[in-house]
Amino acid sequence: MFPLVPNLISEELNLIVALLIGIAFGFILEQAGFSSSRKLAGVFYGYDFTVLRVFFTAGVTAMSGVIILGYLGWLDTDFIYINPTYLQAAILGGVIMGFGFIIGGFCPGTSVCGMAIGKIDAMFFVGGGLIGVFLYAELYPWFEEITNASFLGNVRIFNSLGMSQGLFALILIVLAVGAFIMTTMIEKKVDPEGPAKGFNEMYHRLAGITVLAVGVVLLFMPDYKERVMNEVSQPEFLKTFHVQEMTPDELAFRIIDHDPKLSIIDIRPADEFATMLLPGSANLEMKQLFQKEFSELLGNRHKKKVIVANDENAARTAAAVVQRLGYENFSVLCGGMSNLVQTVLEKKAGGDNIVCPFTNQKQTFDIRQVKDTERFRSKAGSILTGMILDAKNSAVKPTKLIKKVSGGC
Amino acid sequence: MKTKYMNPYLAGFFLGLTLLATIVITGRGLGASGALKSTVVATVHAFAPEHAASSKFYSENFNSLHENPLKAWLVFEVLGVIIGGFLSGVVSDRLNFVTERGPHITNTMRLGFALIGGLLFGLGAQFARGCTSGAALTGMAVLSTGGIITMMAIFGTGYAVAYFFRKLWL
Repeated sequence: MFPLVPNLISEELNLIVALLIGIAFGFILEQAGFSSSRKLAGVFYGYDFTVLRVFFTAGVTAMSGVIILGYLGWLDTDFIYINPTYLQAAILGGVIMGFGFIIGGFCPGTSVCGMAIGKIDAMFFVGGGLIGVFLYAELYPWFEEITNASFLGNVRIFNSLGMSQGLFALILIVLAVGAFIMTTMIEKKVDPEGPAKGFNEMYHRLAGITVLAVGVVLLFMPDYKERVMNEVSQPEFLKTFHVQEMTPDELAFRIIDHDPKLSIIDIRPADEFATMLLPGSANLEMKQLFQKEFSELLGNRHKKKVIVANDENAARTAAAVVQRLGYENFSVLCGGMSNLVQTVLEKKAGGDNIVCPFTNQKQTFDIRQVKDTERFRSKAGSILTGMILDAKNSAVKPTKLIKKVSGGC
Repeated sequence: MKTKYMNPYLAGFFLGLTLLATIVITGRGLGASGALKSTVVATVHAFAPEHAASSKFYSENFNSLHENPLKAWLVFEVLGVIIGGFLSGVVSDRLNFVTERGPHITNTMRLGFALIGGLLFGLGAQFARGCTSGAALTGMAVLSTGGIITMMAIFGTGYAVAYFFRKLWL
């Protein structure tokens, strides 16, 4: 699963990748005409809408790609860098840059590109850019507060607006295509000899229709994780989903027995896990089941993996997720953690209690078995309580998070 | 004879694919102003190390960029932009030392305004944590709220004040 960088590409190789990507970036910018300040400024005066066309087409293309790859599960959107949102600074910075754009006729990327082919105004712009950063750095004590005000996190626009990713994408595409049509009409009026003159109408119409169709398709492409989670949490799905169950007695026995083949995956919230954890268990969030760094733990075929949750339905959902991801040999703890606590640790119930409420499977015992079970539980209960205490005291959180990709302009 | 520019939609499509490849391979987007920042941080460190050490901005950025800020990803990317832009200039025969300006201002005025514009862009990009590439374009690709707000602020401001600066371009 992509992105490749934190795990599969070394830092050195990544710098070579940076150079190659930069070459492609610079070549395309120059081919599009972004090395010319007059062309860039044209977007604000109606004589040349190249900036708008290139910019929005690029944005829509990349966005669609991210959504499609996310839907297929090839790109883990939790690990791509989402620029953080600092509301006031985002607006203030944008306004200052807007003035910079109209006065200077470039933006940083395009000025570098213009400089490369000898534009003297671009060189001055780059020089100005360096001075601007220097000024900011020197005046940082004054700017620090507003720069860091109203931090909203690494939020995504569709969440901010409370709509689905696909719907936002479709709206954006409709707006972009609408803007393309409108600005071309304006441009033809302002300058009949402008860039739109040479456009092949049929091809452009076809392209527009194709992009709109892509937008409609995106509407039905939720992120892979979201899609899998939606599927497996349907009540009808869970009803028919088959997974092995392990009784609290069996789990207690295997733990006490130090069964080397046992692996416990605990998906309860981290704070609950911290207050009471089973020896040798690993605490994972539902989301982390998707991450490749846990594939060794989840994919170990020689272990019997038991999913423990507060209630069995959550454990079954997690089991469905891991099964969907191709992992095997899972079972779930019957009745969840509370069942283990009640039957084994607190020895509340007798031998004929319901141990697997989900399948409504009653363990029926004859008198001897009841006695055996009670004896087992009274012994196991105290041993396990001790082991749980030890585990809590020596708990090292077994989960680790790989570092997120850092970014920024 | 100078060759024509590429169809803007086609160029945008290729640019989008480049951006997508960047995100898929590296998990991050394109950028430009970050390289300016690295250059400034490295320069100040080289010429005034004591001043840099006493400033929160420089030390924070220096630390986050490891031992040498010029080894940062965006610096290499922007070096690539220079090479790529130059290659494109060669291919399309557009290499030329010229100053582009509106018909009603002098070259000196144009260069002065380019300097001021660059200064504002460099300054604004620090607030917004990115410029047109890093905040606006990449922000749109990954649907970052902050990036899209910055994009609207850049273009909105441009249109709002374009009238007052029309002498520069028209």
